Amino acid sequence: MDDTQALGRRLAAAVSRHDRRMQLMEVCGTHTVAIFRAGIRTLLPPGVRLLSGPGCPVCVTAAGEVERAMHLARAPGVLLAVFGDMLRVPGRRESLAEARAEGAGVRVVYSPRDALELARRHPKLRVVFWGVGFETTAPGVAAAVLEARATGVDNFLVYCAHKLVPPALEALLATGEVRVDGFILPGHVSTVLGTTPYAFLAERHGVPAVVAGFEPTDLLLALELLLRLVERGEAKVENAYPRAVRREGNPAARAVMDRVFRPVDARWRGLGEIPGSGLALREEFAAHDAARQFALPEFPDAEPRGCRCGEVLRGAVLPPECPLFDRRCTPVSPVGPCMVSSEGSCAAYHRYGRRAG
Amino acid sequence: MCLAVPVRIVRRVGDLAEVDAGGVRKEVSLLLVPEAAVGDYVLLHAGYAIQLVDEAGARETLELMRQLVEAEEPDAD
Ligand code: SF4
Repeated sequence: MDDTQALGRRLAAAVSRHDRRMQLMEVCGTHTVAIFRAGIRTLLPPGVRLLSGPGCPVCVTAAGEVERAMHLARAPGVLLAVFGDMLRVPGRRESLAEARAEGAGVRVVYSPRDALELARRHPKLRVVFWGVGFETTAPGVAAAVLEARATGVDNFLVYCAHKLVPPALEALLATGEVRVDGFILPGHVSTVLGTTPYAFLAERHGVPAVVAGFEPTDLLLALELLLRLVERGEAKVENAYPRAVRREGNPAARAVMDRVFRPVDARWRGLGEIPGSGLALREEFAAHDAARQFALPEFPDAEPRGCRCGEVLRGAVLPPECPLFDRRCTPVSPVGPCMVSSEGSCAAYHRYGRRAG
Repeated sequence: MCLAVPVRIVRRVGDLAEVDAGGVRKEVSLLLVPEAAVGDYVLLHAGYAIQLVDEAGARETLELMRQLVEAEEPDAD
């Protein structure tokens, strides 16, 4: 009997034998990093180009949303609770980390539950959790809102900037800017969504797609499946991560998410406004909704000067094509969010790209 | 940020579970995976279990891999 390792080696050999020219997109930023780390780029055949997509939550958060979060953090009596990666995203004038150094109320949390706990411990402050992330993250944030309401934690609020993956893929294909012959679909977003919401990729756009896990062998399996689908011209959605992804996803998680949030139009860095691609708290949770409880000004989505992050997120350019890449823009002094986030394409290319670009 | 890791449930009290994450004990909410029980593996993301890890799925993955490489190299083995 083969063990996983031996099968992995044989899959790697199979992957490297394909000779068709094609462009594949790995949607998820965690995949971008996992693919680099597993050295998979080095064994791809020369005809296969791998693009990163709009699947880095930190990166796709619109510049205007970053400014609104900054505005909240500076409001008196507010403690803004954020995921660590958001701290160093460059804003118009400064990052949240810099604002914090000047006295703004910012706290890094690992989970929305930690933010809820902060609110319990600081009843005089309003703790605003900045909800960033896709379908993987939004159900947990919704659960925290339900718990806040059930236990009377009135000073826990959410500034909701969550985004939904399928509408972004639809928008990406609709522009026709970049040819995508196949998608590697995000494993943990799909844990919640299942595979059905991606059917339109195959049915309406004729593009095959495979849900992938994150271990090297998971990625090789997904790639080999996808390469074959593309070569055979078979537009299908397949699941190469059955350990965690069922066809129907996680209906309980989606029910919690739907209970608290409703879909709204949302602005994405690089992709602009996409109909139905974001979430907002439903009316009945208005008391926990920072967008209703604070007068949040509109800020323009101005990109940092010279930064091509938007194009990177659409797969239109690869990070090394940005003139600032590894010159003025590095993880130590990032110009755009794609160099900040551990899942950002620019950061991944900086870290691993030289030997495997 | 879409990172999720498999952890084993050691104890369950209401909607909360104590899990073993590679030797480290953590408290995790099971609100999104209400059917999870002690001994189960769940995927942990930002403080919440988001799905059960399915052992049958693990076998399925191996089976898929095997089918693919065997279709690829008919003479192997
Ligand atoms: S290298 Fe820096 S400046 Fe260039 S696109 Fe990436 S984040 Fe923006």
